[in-house]
Amino acid sequence: MPESASENTAAASAATSSAASSATSAAASSATPAAASSATPAASSATPVPDTAFGGAVSRGGASGATIRLENLTKRYPGNPMPAVDNVSMEIKAGEIVIFVGPSGCGKSTTLKMINRLIEPTSGRIRINDEDVTDMDPVKLRRKIGYAIQASGLFPHMTVAENIALVPKMAGWPRTRVRDRVEEMLDLVGLDPREFHGRYPRQLSGGQQQRVGVARALAADPPVLLMDEPFGAVDPITRDHLQDELIRLQHELRKTIVFVTHDFDEAIKLGDRIAVLRERSHIAQFDTPEAILTNPTDDFVSGFVGAGAALKRLNLTRVRDVAIAEFPTVGVDDPLQSVFDRLRQGPHNELLMLDRRGRPYKWLRRGDLARAKGSLARAGQLVQDTVTRDATLRDALEAVLTDSGGRAAVTGRRGEYIGVVDMETLMNSVHELLEADRLAAIEHQHQLEELHHDRTERELEGFGG
Amino acid sequence: MSFWEYLTTRRQQLLTDAFQHASAVFQCMVVATALGVLIAVLSYRSTWAGNLAITSTATFLTVPSLALIGLLIPVVGLGVAPTVIALTLYGLLPIVRNAIVGLRGVDPSLVDAAKGIGMSHTARLLRVELPLAWPPILTGIRVSTQMLMGIAAIAAYASGPGLGNEIFRGIASLGSANAVNQVLAGTLGIVVLALLFDAAYVLLGRLTIPRGIRA
Ligand SMILES: Nc1ncnc2c1ncn2[C@@H]1O[C@H](COP(=O)(O)OP(=O)(O)O)[C@@H](O)[C@H]1O
Ligand SMILES: [Mg+2]
Repeated sequence: MPESASENTAAASAATSSAASSATSAAASSATPAAASSATPAASSATPVPDTAFGGAVSRGGASGATIRLENLTKRYPGNPMPAVDNVSMEIKAGEIVIFVGPSGCGKSTTLKMINRLIEPTSGRIRINDEDVTDMDPVKLRRKIGYAIQASGLFPHMTVAENIALVPKMAGWPRTRVRDRVEEMLDLVGLDPREFHGRYPRQLSGGQQQRVGVARALAADPPVLLMDEPFGAVDPITRDHLQDELIRLQHELRKTIVFVTHDFDEAIKLGDRIAVLRERSHIAQFDTPEAILTNPTDDFVSGFVGAGAALKRLNLTRVRDVAIAEFPTVGVDDPLQSVFDRLRQGPHNELLMLDRRGRPYKWLRRGDLARAKGSLARAGQLVQDTVTRDATLRDALEAVLTDSGGRAAVTGRRGEYIGVVDMETLMNSVHELLEADRLAAIEHQHQLEELHHDRTERELEGFGG
Repeated sequence: MSFWEYLTTRRQQLLTDAFQHASAVFQCMVVATALGVLIAVLSYRSTWAGNLAITSTATFLTVPSLALIGLLIPVVGLGVAPTVIALTLYGLLPIVRNAIVGLRGVDPSLVDAAKGIGMSHTARLLRVELPLAWPPILTGIRVSTQMLMGIAAIAAYASGPGLGNEIFRGIASLGSANAVNQVLAGTLGIVVLALLFDAAYVLLGRLTIPRGIRA
């Protein structure tokens, strides 16, 4: 890549807010120096070089992501004349989640495993933070790259704690620090350290095993995390939870994550950018989920996107991004009279009752009071479904539809009440989103036309002069 | 003389023979285990090397033990040496075979994970593959031991130690007063030893097979 970073003043911020970088990737990754120097203000994705070198000092608050660059990677398996991965080049920015999605056997895993050299490339180079790691000692390389796989890959003869402690121990951390780290990691992936510390993998559910797998991969705080269909073997509900957890984790950690899946919906939900791969790992489209949904480059990609693109769009926005409204609440232990008073006199004709731990419990309407007869034990409607701030609008819509009142309670990490979302907010957000997508698509089209126009003009001038 | 009287009068001799028998089998098992696991570790990754190791150790078993000891005497002389060599060779097969099968049977995704998190070759072998292959290896060791218990009796033919001496003496003097007692004492002694060893292996399994993979 040429160092054409002059316009790229806000390099650091570009690295973290990948949403800002729509529609630049495919051009950037395949751009030859000549093409890049032509006037394409959109393609300003010259690598922002993070201040910590790969494998350099683990900075305050942990190592955040590193840039990964694949250059003309090719893999031929012996005995097969066709390469399994054919000349793949792409750039993955520090701190983003890139998803490889494509049909089974298209070379996703092979491409992924070349990054940590579990599979040695036949040709091509891999750079992490500008350091060429293609010839580096693979064992050293892998200790700086977290790795999580489908079957969780936990060693059945070691306890949960022993599994998580493996990499920090190999890295030579002192014993007390390893012990603290194990607790911290269990906490991070939402498992109670006291309960799970000494368990063996077979004493865990599939989802719990997967959490431990992720904890192990992150234990030594690697800047890069590779995940090969990590949630492929768990049931849909658990998978959904694990995906939400991964999103939450990534909010905190800002690793560079490369994630392989064959499930396009998973790709949309998790990816900052998605690489849709066709056979031999050829990149069909490498772009933000929004751009792929609204602007698939060809029939292969649209085939993969499948039906219901507008609905899938709901998966791209999270509850935290839309307005969460306040709602009047009362506690279960509040005196009956004060509950009555609030309902009768307040502006609202409905209240949300929270349980002793501050979690949404019941919706209480004015009409319910008439039937209450001195006790609220039977009055009101139990809260059916809640959503977290990391839930997608699709989940929120689902919850709103399930909960008869046209709104759903939003909860925090421990299930505590935060606010509510209602149908109106959702509708407005969706309209705004679709409108914005439409504008972006038009702009994209304009840019392409301009580019084309520029080029034709220059060619004409060339002939004239 | 009744069998019981025989046992009490010859107690000292019998105990010494039994101890030497057990000791010979035990020591040969230690050597066979070390050698067998080493052969397996060196060969399991390659299809042909692993199969060669299994076939060649199996070949020893087809040679009758008496013949093998007979062939060894001109080379290494009488006494302990031919006994130890023969027992070790016979003991190899079950261990080599089970170790290779066990190591090859380790879930490939676990090997992949071990590599992927940055374990070196040695670490992978010592911390993941061998512990996971340990239950079948231990089974191989048990089978080997049972086999060697019987084969060790033949060693008396080469003036080796053990309960075989009792049996051979009985066979040599068939028809005499104590002949049957001698054969019986030697045979029963071997059976008792075999049972004791087996009990020890059950205990060893309890102590060494990690809880997470115990059946
Ligand atoms: N170890 C191997 N030896 C030979 N061919 C392989 C090997 N691993 C994968 N392949 C082949 O390479 C292609 C890509 O495989 P893979 O990367 O696993 O695909 P995906 O992960 O996208 O399903 C497939 O056609 C597969 O058969
Ligand atoms: Mg795969």
